[in-house]
Amino acid sequence: MRAAGAAEVWRQTLSVSYDEVVRLIRVYAAVIAENKEYLTQLDSAIGDADHGINMDRGMQAALAKLDGPPGDIGELFKTVGMTLVSTVGGAGGPLYGTLFLRLGTATAGRAVLEPDDWAGALAAAVDGVQARGKAELQDKTMVDALAPARDAFEQAVAEGASFAEGLRRSASAAEEGMKGTIPLVAKKGRASYLGERSAGHQDPGATSSWLLLKTVADTWSGED
Amino acid sequence: MKKLINEPQNVVREELQGIEQAHPELVRVAYDPNFIVRADAPVQGKVALVSGGGSGHEPMHGGFVGMGMLDAACPGEVFTSPTPDQMEAATKAVNGGAGVIHIVKNYTGDVMNFEMAAELCRSEGIEVESVLVDDDVAVQDSLYTAGRRGVGTTVLMEKIAGAAAEERRPLKEVADICREVNANGRSMGMALTSCTVPAAGKPTFELDEDEMEIGIGIHGEPGRERMKLKPVSEIVEMMATAVVDDLPFAQGDDVLAFVNGMGGTPLIELYVVYNEVAKFLKGRGITIARNLIGSYITSLEMAGCSITLLKVSEELVRLWDAPVKTPGLRWGA
Repeated sequence: MRAAGAAEVWRQTLSVSYDEVVRLIRVYAAVIAENKEYLTQLDSAIGDADHGINMDRGMQAALAKLDGPPGDIGELFKTVGMTLVSTVGGAGGPLYGTLFLRLGTATAGRAVLEPDDWAGALAAAVDGVQARGKAELQDKTMVDALAPARDAFEQAVAEGASFAEGLRRSASAAEEGMKGTIPLVAKKGRASYLGERSAGHQDPGATSSWLLLKTVADTWSGED
Repeated sequence: MKKLINEPQNVVREELQGIEQAHPELVRVAYDPNFIVRADAPVQGKVALVSGGGSGHEPMHGGFVGMGMLDAACPGEVFTSPTPDQMEAATKAVNGGAGVIHIVKNYTGDVMNFEMAAELCRSEGIEVESVLVDDDVAVQDSLYTAGRRGVGTTVLMEKIAGAAAEERRPLKEVADICREVNANGRSMGMALTSCTVPAAGKPTFELDEDEMEIGIGIHGEPGRERMKLKPVSEIVEMMATAVVDDLPFAQGDDVLAFVNGMGGTPLIELYVVYNEVAKFLKGRGITIARNLIGSYITSLEMAGCSITLLKVSEELVRLWDAPVKTPGLRWGA
């Protein structure tokens, strides 16, 4: 019992190191590369058929910038954000750029992240994306995956779940949110031009956001 | 996919290199970040006009850089908005101390990237005014969409505002002229075939041999309705009615009529369309004061056309007639 209790405490305070954040970026770049055609295919149904191509170009550019001096997680996220802003273009550039820039601001100077840090960073990132894109829940955008992921993680932290458990719940909530975009009629972005015809298709931005949250859970909870 | 492209990822750079070699007397090209500026930029004391957007719409925007039109254009990847660092660098390169206007077509990506760029430029003390083009009547303008798309009126705005800037009119006035053009311009497009984004390698959508898409966007975004192909007179009647009724254009109005090819439609067909447009407008008592016929805002190799009408005052006609010297549009100079 004592051993189990000690293990539980350890799990609850488990933190993420700088190297694990670097690994997250590397794995996310690989996941985007693997899903490049899938994301582009989703985008050609209701958008302009470039989401996977653009995200892949941006994440490959970000990979090339990971060799800086290690230590500051905030700087790392900011570098990724600036790189995405200047290489992705489209709507994805400012939105994912803002997401990573906000993660960076929220984690400035940190060498490790604890659950509260990630909860704060994720909340700041979602706020940033909403301010930039002016999208609300149910508009059929990446917010539909991100906002539930933020809420699920916050709730998990409040309930005293482990970091790993929180990340898993966060990824599940993102997946559910992403699937929930299928019946929605788009109200933002190019998909909104389709009106009712946008229903029945999964939103590509919500999909790349789910992939991000899933990658976070896979790389940081030791299950990849 | 059958295209004159070496590698899809190099298409924009190689196009820029071609423009640089073809028109050294008109424009200069910068790389990483990519932008095109007029050869004599920055023009001191003149309001500078910067536009940009995804590539694949040539000659817009790079082909409209030069005397009497744009000071700079930022080309993004094909059908993808350019990025804020390009826009910031271009804005700095053309700023002649009288302020800079960003001409932004209303697409989510373009709007957000230009917004970030304008924030960066303003934080460095450059006066930037952003003007939006949203003239596509095929899209419902409502709280539930991203709003109307910017299409054909963009070309007319760049020409007319460019002439006003050339006259050394102040920033606010040139921006107001841009907004006047946007307020009085309406467009609608149609497609006979899809287009293929080089990096995607497959057509963006499918149209059967006997089908057309009415209300198409310039990136292959679907429009109002897919229907069986009809005679040109009926197609023009449908499109022109939507355009005319939207503003609305009324009997006695003078207009600039712009029949634009989407990239894969020959001029012979565009003149057939223009003939029908002229008949239609005559029937409505609307006078064509000026016209423009050709492929100026394209969608790669898409076949189809768009019709843009701009209600013009004598002043707008005068600015339209003013000299222009760019790779894509040239008269009086």
